[in-house]
Amino acid sequence: MTAIADQFKRAAAEKAADPHHRAVLQRAIATYDAAVARGKTRFADWQNARAQAAQIKWETINHLDRYLEQFERQMIENGGRVFWAETAEDAREYILRIARSHNVRKVVKSKSMTTEEIHLNAAFAVAEIQVVETDLGEYICQIRGESPYHIVTPVMHLTKADIARTFHEKFGTAPDATAEELAGIARAQLRHEFLTADMGVTGANFLIADTGMITISTNEGNGRLSVSLPRIHIAVAGIEKLIPRLEDLALMWPVLAASGNGQAVTVYNTLLGGPRRDSETDGPEEFHVVLLDNGRTRLLADAEQRDALHCLRCGACLNACPVYRNIGGHSYGTTYQGPIGSVITPHLREAREWSHLPYASSLCGACSDVCPVRIDIHHHLLHNRRNAVRLRFDKTWERWAFRAWLWAMQTPQRYVLAGKLARVALRLGLVTPLVNPWTQGRELPEPPQHTFRLWWRNKGRDGCPQASVKKQPRRAGDNAFYQHHE
Amino acid sequence: MRVALFIPCFVDQFFPNVGIAMVKVLRQLNVEVSYPPQQTCCGQPAFNTGYWDEARQLARRYCEVFADAEAIVSPSGSCAAMVRNFYPELLGQATHVTSNTFEFSEFLVQKLGVSDVGAKFSAKVTYHDGCHALRELRLKNEPRELLRNVQGLELVEMSEAETCCGFGGTFSVKFPMISYAMDDVKCESIQKTGVGYVVSSDSSCLMQIGGYLRRQKLPIKTIHLAEVLATT
Repeated sequence: MTAIADQFKRAAAEKAADPHHRAVLQRAIATYDAAVARGKTRFADWQNARAQAAQIKWETINHLDRYLEQFERQMIENGGRVFWAETAEDAREYILRIARSHNVRKVVKSKSMTTEEIHLNAAFAVAEIQVVETDLGEYICQIRGESPYHIVTPVMHLTKADIARTFHEKFGTAPDATAEELAGIARAQLRHEFLTADMGVTGANFLIADTGMITISTNEGNGRLSVSLPRIHIAVAGIEKLIPRLEDLALMWPVLAASGNGQAVTVYNTLLGGPRRDSETDGPEEFHVVLLDNGRTRLLADAEQRDALHCLRCGACLNACPVYRNIGGHSYGTTYQGPIGSVITPHLREAREWSHLPYASSLCGACSDVCPVRIDIHHHLLHNRRNAVRLRFDKTWERWAFRAWLWAMQTPQRYVLAGKLARVALRLGLVTPLVNPWTQGRELPEPPQHTFRLWWRNKGRDGCPQASVKKQPRRAGDNAFYQHHE
Repeated sequence: MRVALFIPCFVDQFFPNVGIAMVKVLRQLNVEVSYPPQQTCCGQPAFNTGYWDEARQLARRYCEVFADAEAIVSPSGSCAAMVRNFYPELLGQATHVTSNTFEFSEFLVQKLGVSDVGAKFSAKVTYHDGCHALRELRLKNEPRELLRNVQGLELVEMSEAETCCGFGGTFSVKFPMISYAMDDVKCESIQKTGVGYVVSSDSSCLMQIGGYLRRQKLPIKTIHLAEVLATT
C-alpha cells in the first residue's frame, strides 16, 4: 500500500468513527437535500433537463478541439488573452509572470477549485504576493489554513460555533458572535481588500465558445467585485468548462444551481467578455484566461470515461455519497473529493498513487443517479478498478487469491468443497476479525447444516416443499424453515 | 411457465432457506422450476474488485449453464444485475441468457403479473432497498407491492431506505471502518421505525444489517422477501 493510500485509510477510519462529524455533515446535507428536492420541482421534467444538459456537454467534449479554438479566437477578438497551460506549473508560472510584470502586491480571489488544483495560493506566498480569498467559505478556510472540505461547500464540516471560535482567535471578536455579526466582520475586511487589490483571480463556471466569454456564478457577489475593481483579471479554467453557445446557459445555469444547492439560479451570474473597452466605465485593463489541461487530455483520450469531463463541479455526487457522508472531504487528500474525485484523480494525477480511491466505494450508484450531466460515475469506478488490476497496481496475494477462487468456481465439485470448507471455518470460529475485519462489530451468520444444492437433490426437485408451511421463520439464517422440510 | 433457478453462491452456502422459500412461492404459482446443478458463482466478487478476466470466465460459464433456460430467476438483485447489466459489457454483447435473468420480485410482478402471492406474515416490517435492485434494475415498487399484499403485514418506510448498507463485497473488508459507519447509519434508521423485521431482496445486505443488529443485541430480525412471501 502506498503512503497516500495508508493516509487515506487512517483519516477515513478516524472520521467514520466520529459521531460529531457525522452529525454536522448529516445536518448540512439534510438542508441541501430539502432545497434540491424543491429546486427540481421548478423543472417541468428534471430527467429531461439532465438528458439535455448531458447532450450539450457530450457535444462539447467530443468536439473539444474545435470549440476551444473558437473560444480562443473570439476571446482574442474581444481583447482578452488566452494562455494554454499544459501543466499546473505552466499555469502558475504564467500567472506569476503577469503579476510580477504589473508589480502586483495583493490579489483577491473568487472561489475556484481549479486554482486549488494548481496550488496557486502557495505559489503566490512564495512570490511574496498577498492573496485573499473572498468567498466567505473559502475565506474561513484560508484563515484556518485548511483546504476546502467540499467542491461547493468549503466549510461543510464546521458549525457556526466553530466559525465564531475561528474569528475570535483571528480577529478577537466575541466567541459567541451570531452569523450576521460574523458575515458583517468578513464583509468589512473583504471590502477593504477588494479596494486595495491589484489583481483579481477567478475560476469560470462556463467558457462560451461562440461569444468568447466566461461566466462566474456566486451567491455573495464577490466574483463581480474580484473582476471589476482590480486592474488585472486572470480566470483559470479547465478545458472541459466549455459550452458551445451562449444560449446553452438557459439550461446550464438552472441545472447547475439546482444541483449545487437547490436554487432556481445562483444569485449573481456574471458574463465577462474581455477587458474594459473605451466606452465602458468599469472592468479590468487586462483580461487573461488560462486554459488548463493538467491531465484532462489523458481523460479525453479515454473513450470509455471521457464523459467524466462533463462534470460541472456541482457537488451533488458528494452529497449523495454515503462514503463522503461518513468520511468527509479532507480524508480523500485530493482537490476534488467524493465519487467524481475518485473517478478523475487517478487520471489527472499519478494513477498508482491514487488507485485506492476507486475501491473506497460500495458501488451503490447514488452518485450516478444525481449527476445533472449523467456521468456514469459508479461505473467508471469499476473501470478504474479494472485498469488498476491491468496495470498491476493490485497486491500479489490478492491476485493469487482471485486466481485460486476462480479455479474453485470452475467446477461444481470444487465449488461444493470450497463451500464446505468455508462453512466449517465459520462453525469452528476461525473467521476472526484478524482474518476478516468485517466481523469487528458484527455477528457472522450461523452456518446452516445443508446447502440449497443438497436440499434440492434430496427433496426439492421432487416437488417439496408443498403448499403447507405453518411455521414462521424466525430470521434469515436460522434453520427453522429449512428443518421443517427435512 | 418454466424457469431455471439461479441460486447465488452465498445464498446456496449460507442462506439456503431463501432459495427454498423462492421455490415454494414459484411452485404455488404453478411455475415449473429447475436447478441446473452445474452453476457456481456469477463472478461478481472478481468483477467488482477489478479482476475482469477472471470474472469473464465465470460469465461465459454462466451463459453455458443456463443456455437452454426460458427464464432465469434469482433471489438476489445484486447477482441478477451482475448478469443482466454487467455481463454484456464483460462479454461484449447481450444474449438471451443475460436479458432473461430476473430478480425474484421483478419476475413475480413484471413477468408473471402477480403482486399477491397469498402470504400471511403478521409483523411490522421495513424494507431495505438493495442498491443493485434499486439503481441497476430500477426495482422500487415491485417488492413493496408484494409486501403490501401480505396479510397481517404492516410496511413502515425508514428515512434511509435507499441508502447503502455499506456491504459492497470486498469494500467491507478493504475499508471496514467506512463500511461499519454506513451500517451504523442504516441500522439507526431501521431502529427509528419501531419494526420487528427488516426485509430485503438481497441476502448480502441482510447479512451486513443482521450482523450488526445481532452484535448490538437489538430485537430486530432480518428476513429475505422470499421468506416472507413463502409464509402462510
